[in-house]
Amino acid sequence: MTNAVWTSGLRKRYRKRTAVDGVSFAVARGEVLGLLGPNGAGKTTVIKMMLGLVRPDAGEVMLLGRPVTDPRARAKVGYLPELFRYQPWLTAREVLDLHVRLAGAGVPEKERHDTLGLVGLADRAGDRVGGFSKGMQQRLGLAVALVARPEFVVLDEPTSALDPVGRADVRDILLSLKERGVAVLLNSHLIGEVERVCDRVVILDRGRVAASGTLAELLGGREVRLRLEKVTSEAEERLRSAGPLSRDGDLFTVAELEADVVPDLVADLVELGVRVHSVEPGRVSLEDRLLDILGSER
Amino acid sequence: MIVLTFAALTLREAARRKVLRALAVLTVVLLALSAWGFHTLVTREFDGALLTSGELRLIASQLLNLVMFGLSLIAALGTAFLAGPTVAGEMESGAALAILARPIRRSTVLAGKWLGLVAFGGGFVALAGLAQFVIVYATTGYWPSDPVTGLALLAFQTAVLLTLGLLFSTLISPMASGVVAVGLFGATWIAGVVGGVGRGLGNDSVAAVGTVSQVLLPTDGLWRGAMYAFQDPAALLGFGGPAVKGGFPFLSDAPLTWAYLAWTIAWTALVLGLAALLLRRRDL
Ligand SMILES: Nc1ncnc2c1ncn2[C@@H]1O[C@H](COP(=O)(O)OP(=O)(O)O)[C@@H](O)[C@H]1O
Ligand SMILES: [Mg+2]
Repeated sequence: MTNAVWTSGLRKRYRKRTAVDGVSFAVARGEVLGLLGPNGAGKTTVIKMMLGLVRPDAGEVMLLGRPVTDPRARAKVGYLPELFRYQPWLTAREVLDLHVRLAGAGVPEKERHDTLGLVGLADRAGDRVGGFSKGMQQRLGLAVALVARPEFVVLDEPTSALDPVGRADVRDILLSLKERGVAVLLNSHLIGEVERVCDRVVILDRGRVAASGTLAELLGGREVRLRLEKVTSEAEERLRSAGPLSRDGDLFTVAELEADVVPDLVADLVELGVRVHSVEPGRVSLEDRLLDILGSER
Repeated sequence: MIVLTFAALTLREAARRKVLRALAVLTVVLLALSAWGFHTLVTREFDGALLTSGELRLIASQLLNLVMFGLSLIAALGTAFLAGPTVAGEMESGAALAILARPIRRSTVLAGKWLGLVAFGGGFVALAGLAQFVIVYATTGYWPSDPVTGLALLAFQTAVLLTLGLLFSTLISPMASGVVAVGLFGATWIAGVVGGVGRGLGNDSVAAVGTVSQVLLPTDGLWRGAMYAFQDPAALLGFGGPAVKGGFPFLSDAPLTWAYLAWTIAWTALVLGLAALLLRRRDL
């Protein structure tokens, strides 16, 4: 099996409101996929159908090689819900013990404790969850999602209650999961986070897939923005030879070029007598692209 | 075994929530009151000599049944208000999301919680009931005719009610499910008393009220069986007439039939099965 999860034609209505309307996509094993979209797009509903928590009206889900109607499909799944809450009368350690037992995983005591350490709760292991702050509960939720050696981790807005340090921790955790070849489905509004760790992105809007693809596919190649003075026609020709050129006053944008040709380009421009004020390599941000896609949908 | 994991978890929840403390306080208050009452009964009010031993046993039987009814009410309230939150509450709060994303069936979770609640309710009834028997014995010298059967039936009554509470908690909010379950429990008890009066008066249609309600919700039938096991059969025989023929709310005129017991077991299995079915179809 090459897919961690595969969904086809998922559909869900809540009374008169269609929440999800024919969503199909897959997360390959070892892949980190970002699920993006505005509030109410249906992301959480898709995730819940994927895990067998909500019954789809139509469509099919294969989870780690098994139909999702078979509970065993969830054996190697770690899940942090958007609405996270854990038994307040248990301690953090007891919550992890419970989940390890339910997952049927043989995780030694030390590894469980290390997982709590990973989310910054090592010194609160013996405290009741009822006394935890929202952010601490979300950290515990992350530990719960990670503790039973999952092969597929589903994180629904994992940083919604976290401080900046916590967000950085989550990024590190995501990168280490990626390194270990654990598949991840990440739903987050922190687009920078998604852009940094995800291999591929699926954008949902009003219950449908509005766009999907690798970051390169969605964002196109790199570009470089130069603020220039005294640009001769010769210099403009040189710019055009590097890639498609657009101009806005003294701001020149060369698209679809590789980063390593930039030094040569700048050297040539200087030689041609152009005064170079600034050179900003970059590319269309995912945020701009997202707004673009969602805007054209309406 | 995952079922036992959930049973143990439910017991731990009961032990750590405030329910247990409230239950313990109520029980101690009731036991203390009854000790005082029974003591007064034999020493002052009737001055011992004015009461024949048969009369004393009859009154002790009736009073014991009254106190046991109080205990069963506490058990019912306690478990009904535990049963609601433990299933519906976890669904509303989101605690069920992480649990049910594990490789387990929802029916396993339900069965485990049911088992834990039954153990909790049964344990409470056995402990508090035994304490009550000792109090009655120490003050009046009366010991119930069949204490084990009586306590078992009382524990079963608690199980019936919490099963109903679990069913409601898959349909309505956790608090509402507790309230409705306890309300129905009270309504069947009253219907049972009305039916008893009907039998005492020889009015069949009034008597049918009790019978029908005891079939629909078997708590009251079990309770009457339990009362029969607690009271003194010899003392009852001496007092014929309508009072003993069901007209008294805290005396029972007949033991439980096996057919009724079988129906109660089937009823419990049916209601639990229905709860499992509803739970399986529910979106989280
Ligand atoms: N349990 C529910 N009952 C009724 N409507 C729901 C329920 N869950 C989600 N919805 C509706 O479905 C749509 C998608 O919700 P959701 O999947 O939570 O969106 P997202 O996670 O992308 O913000 C929303 O319009 C929401 O109101
Ligand atoms: Mg959501």
